[in-house]
Amino acid sequence: MEVELRGITKRFGPVVANSDVNLTIRPGEILGLLGENGAGKTTLMNILSGLYRADEGEIIIDGKTVDFDGPGDAIAAGIGMVHQHFMLVPVFTVAENVVLGVEPVGALDRLDIEAARRQVTDISTQYGLEVDPNAIIEEIPVGLQQRVEIIKVLFRSADVIVFDEPTAVLTPQEVTEFFGIIRSLRDAGKALVFITHKLHEVLEVADRISVLRAGQIVGEGDPKTSTDAELAELMVGRPVRFTVEKSPRKPGETVLDVKDLHVLNERDEVAVDGVSFEVRSGEVVGIAGVQGNGQTELVEAITGLRMPIEGTIAFEGHDITRASARERHRSGMAHIPEDRQRSGIIGTFNIAENMVLDTYYDDRYSSGINLRWPDIYRSTAEIVTDFDVRTNSVFSLANHLSGGNQQKLVVARELSRDIKMMVASQPTRGVDVGSIEYIHKRIIESRDEGDGVLIVSTELDEIMGLSDRILVMFRGRIVAEFEGGKAGIQEIGLAMAGAGAAA
Amino acid sequence: MAVATDQAATAGRADHAQRRQAMIVGWLLLALAAFVALVFGLDSDGNAIFRLSRPNDPLALPNLVVPAAAYSYIVAAVLAFLGVRQLVRGGSRWTSLALGIGFLLVVTAFLAWAAAGKSGFSLTGMLQATLVRAVPIALGGLAGVLSERVAVINIAIEGMLLAGAFTGALMGSLLGGWGGVIAAIGIGGLFGFILAALVVTYRVDQIIAGVVINIFVLGLTSYVSSQVFSEVRALNNAPVFRAIHIPVLSDLPVVGPVFFQQNIFVYGALIMVAVATYYLFYTRTGLRARSVGEHPRAADTLGINVYRTRYINVTLAGMVAGFGGAWFTLGSVGRFDEGMTGGRGFIGLAAMIFGRWHPVGALAAALVFGFADSLQQKLAILRTPIPSEFLAMAPYLATMVLVAGIIGKARPPAADGQPYVKE
Amino acid sequence: MTVNDRIDKATGDLLKRAVVTRFEIEELVVVPIFAVLIALLLGGLTMVATGVDLPTIGLSYASLLQGSVGSLNAISETLTSAAPLTLAGLGIALGFRAGLFNIGAEGQLLIGGMAAAVVGFSLQGVPLVIHLPLALVAGMAAGALWASIAGWLRAATGAHEVISTIMLNLISFRLVDYLLRNPPIQRPGRSDPISKSILESSELPALLQWLDPNLRIHAGIILTLIVVFVVYWLLFRTTIGFEFRSAGANPDAARYGGMRSGLIIVSVMAVAGALAGLAGANQVLGVLGRASPGFSAGIGFDAIAVALLGRGHPVGVLFAGLLFGALEAGGRNMQVGAGVSIDLITIIQALIVVFIAAPMLVRTLFPFAFAKRGNQREGS
Repeated sequence: MEVELRGITKRFGPVVANSDVNLTIRPGEILGLLGENGAGKTTLMNILSGLYRADEGEIIIDGKTVDFDGPGDAIAAGIGMVHQHFMLVPVFTVAENVVLGVEPVGALDRLDIEAARRQVTDISTQYGLEVDPNAIIEEIPVGLQQRVEIIKVLFRSADVIVFDEPTAVLTPQEVTEFFGIIRSLRDAGKALVFITHKLHEVLEVADRISVLRAGQIVGEGDPKTSTDAELAELMVGRPVRFTVEKSPRKPGETVLDVKDLHVLNERDEVAVDGVSFEVRSGEVVGIAGVQGNGQTELVEAITGLRMPIEGTIAFEGHDITRASARERHRSGMAHIPEDRQRSGIIGTFNIAENMVLDTYYDDRYSSGINLRWPDIYRSTAEIVTDFDVRTNSVFSLANHLSGGNQQKLVVARELSRDIKMMVASQPTRGVDVGSIEYIHKRIIESRDEGDGVLIVSTELDEIMGLSDRILVMFRGRIVAEFEGGKAGIQEIGLAMAGAGAAA
Repeated sequence: MAVATDQAATAGRADHAQRRQAMIVGWLLLALAAFVALVFGLDSDGNAIFRLSRPNDPLALPNLVVPAAAYSYIVAAVLAFLGVRQLVRGGSRWTSLALGIGFLLVVTAFLAWAAAGKSGFSLTGMLQATLVRAVPIALGGLAGVLSERVAVINIAIEGMLLAGAFTGALMGSLLGGWGGVIAAIGIGGLFGFILAALVVTYRVDQIIAGVVINIFVLGLTSYVSSQVFSEVRALNNAPVFRAIHIPVLSDLPVVGPVFFQQNIFVYGALIMVAVATYYLFYTRTGLRARSVGEHPRAADTLGINVYRTRYINVTLAGMVAGFGGAWFTLGSVGRFDEGMTGGRGFIGLAAMIFGRWHPVGALAAALVFGFADSLQQKLAILRTPIPSEFLAMAPYLATMVLVAGIIGKARPPAADGQPYVKE
Repeated sequence: MTVNDRIDKATGDLLKRAVVTRFEIEELVVVPIFAVLIALLLGGLTMVATGVDLPTIGLSYASLLQGSVGSLNAISETLTSAAPLTLAGLGIALGFRAGLFNIGAEGQLLIGGMAAAVVGFSLQGVPLVIHLPLALVAGMAAGALWASIAGWLRAATGAHEVISTIMLNLISFRLVDYLLRNPPIQRPGRSDPISKSILESSELPALLQWLDPNLRIHAGIILTLIVVFVVYWLLFRTTIGFEFRSAGANPDAARYGGMRSGLIIVSVMAVAGALAGLAGANQVLGVLGRASPGFSAGIGFDAIAVALLGRGHPVGVLFAGLLFGALEAGGRNMQVGAGVSIDLITIIQALIVVFIAAPMLVRTLFPFAFAKRGNQREGS
């Protein structure tokens, strides 16, 4: 089945997400769709899978123009999509998730769950994708959840399968395994689209590459001849430096000292299980690991948002294990939270209000309980200018900023005050390349001024580029430590998968 | 794949919070033991006589005679044992069970104390009334389950009950009982549809929409009631459904009067709970509805129409609540009074939470509230030293305590309360 | 131009405020006007449906207008009704801002009013300047404590405040009945539930009785204006208000910012309860002079609509309170003058709020009143 997108344009209000995009997807081929965050890749594929409707242009399948009135139509036409955020119901079983929407039924609309299990098992043996049909989704690891997503698509006999940033949540080993799966699907004659912003992945697995920038196709690439640098320039629109420039570290006093920390998660399970490490002033310590291995809880414990059940945390020699978030804050700890939308900013507040979200009580901004708005506005304007947050006014709502500018707002808020330690969780998630470079630069500057920096990221490239020391977290423990710049991606990847944690 | 699925290893020290809870329950049980011994034990004299049958029942059982003081001391001893066991053993699986048994015992001791030295207390009558009074709450809770399972918070249940009660009386007076019931179901469905339209299509905040429907229904029914019913009394004089005796079964002692001598509302509620359970958990449509409540975007990507599913289920919820509303008029007094639902819809919501968003759970919780309700009614007759106003608070206090106690353990549908914006 | 100058220029540009857009004006002004009109229209249809003839409907709306703004007495009645609605509405609006849905104003009002009544009749020989403030503070304190129960339950156990406040309402009705039926509150020599009368030294002074003894307007309306200002200041000019608003807009971000969510929930409920309690005290000390069962008269429920109509903004709540006060006062006149039940007013009030809360509905119904604007607000 061959699919052609012709002249696709999609607007969200004044924003043009896709502009006159032409793309052909062929059977037995992996098309790499490359573009940075916000380039319009996901929008384009949502149009293909019937979630959105294009304002202009048409979709042509095997020479016939089709009109999708909803995802159901796209599924019926043989188009399947594996979304970046899995579209799985967490409390349902694997079988229930797979058959949802095309369920086998008996009399009285009764769900034939036995038949569903059998069908799931059939598909998984046919394609070599093993999974227990009775397992509850929220209880299985993300790698398996992704398999369920693939089975779901195959179950609907899709001929075209779109993968949106499929490797974001996987370990390097899982990525290799995943590439094996999509190659075998290609060999089975499926047409595959692999959406990513990671250059080396697309070079490794794609048969053909299209590059999307600012909603337009700006070029094609041949994976056999193209280089990283060419593709990157195509993707960003200017030459890109791959490495973060930094001088050798000059570690000083210990700023943060974590000893034998145990932390519970929401479900009262032990998420951090006896973690000890220290961060010195003037060094960047990176924590690598697949999402969900206790990093979130560790950061929350360090920043005072979650109380540990055992162990101690010392900050500049003082025990802060039981200190409130506010106390840690005042003593000079900065925190870039992992999900800016959820906790880093308040979308319906303006930029100034967001800028003082954790400093409003400070003498600079208030006298007693009276807030001094003129001072807040003036100071915000200065910080916004300093940190290159692109906005027209400090009175604009944070919602109206792009993802990159929202993140710069958070970074600006945290770095603009007098700090001794910075805890940054996923500092560049979902951010454009320009903002990534800028944020990385400010983080390294902060280190060079003598702050201790702790970075937690699931992006291995980011950890390897910034860190002076790398710790790997797996199932709540630190399972490996590497010297920055000396560790290879394979070694770290193995540790992320728990290879060193046999003991 | 290297990442295996055993999370048991990390769950090892998870009993931290559990232990604390066990300790709290332990002390609570000890406090209850002291209370029962000191208040009920010292104050009771004479026997409490519980009547299990009515004089003309075919299979009459003898009266249950309990020496009140002695019984109170036994209950206190058992409570103390359970409490100490909690404190010593801590963190065991028996925590909630011990608490449940404890509360049950306290209630029985309370009954013995209240009935001690009086002429006799009809236990069967109270259980029968429990079921009857649980009906509007169970149906309100079921309406809550149906709409919250598709992630629409339904504060409007109170208004739907009131609308059902009003319409039941009006149309019952005009068309007879069955006409009234059908009209009540219809009006409930209409308000369900309106709620769905407001929250799904017009994206009004779910709680605001619910509150406004409540105010609107209260205003409309009160207006018609004072404008029309006060003039034309014939419009507010509906027939009442009598109890249907199911042959043979209704002659059984205790069980017969409680379960098999009830009116259509009791039977209807039980059937609806069964049907709703089957629908939600054993059918294709139910699976789809639940997926809309848990992860609407996932459902949407699979071609399930999120909006339509919400419309249908919230409308169904309204119909269930409308039927429950008819109970107030057609099932008991045959006449509509302003604001006669008295917060039952909200208690129904509490029953839904207590019942963990499951129809059977909601029914079970409704029975607890129904029990509190019928208890206060019977006690008012017994003339206990407790002022009647405080007895009347019992169901509301029970609601607050239960909702406060259960939250955190129960998990609502993941998307509950969130509008779904299709992009 | 030096670097510093350039930065100063950029900074200065950033400090310019955006002009109010046409869309915002429509949302703030046009939608409410149409909401009121369509609600009155539907109210008329309701009367038609219940067999009220057209001349009577005309007479009803005429007496509604006459009774609300048609004379000095009407205005006095409107303001007298508006004061407690606004006070309680401010409390509920404060809750909205902080993400709490307080349905318990009715109960808080009753409890607050009871406390004010007790202080009002029990302190003999105390001058007004001490007695009146004491009675008002007692009302606020009692309302605050009563509401804090729901706040504490929410903060400590997660029990949703909608259910707990409703239950507290139902409990308060019975509690007040009990208190009114027993000494020392029950009026001696009476068997029905009614409190002793408050002493003159605790009355909110009447403002215009020197003009006409029938004018009921009292100092409560001045108190209300002051409270509107105080709530505005609290919400938008203080760190406390900043915390309330942050917790309401994004509780996770508030926690991240080092705010203590439990404390915020309890304080918001306490402040809301204090305002509702003040509304109750206002009724007892300014209008009724005593407490009796159900003296809250649904003000606490109407105040929810007032808060919604006022969009959770203190000034908006004041205007909404005035509108609802006018409807109440006019409604009473309508019941007397045209024989139409005052419950019609509740219907109209509910409809107004529905249409305010669903601006999209109003825009669909009256497309001609609004500027066309593509699908500007759609999309991710």
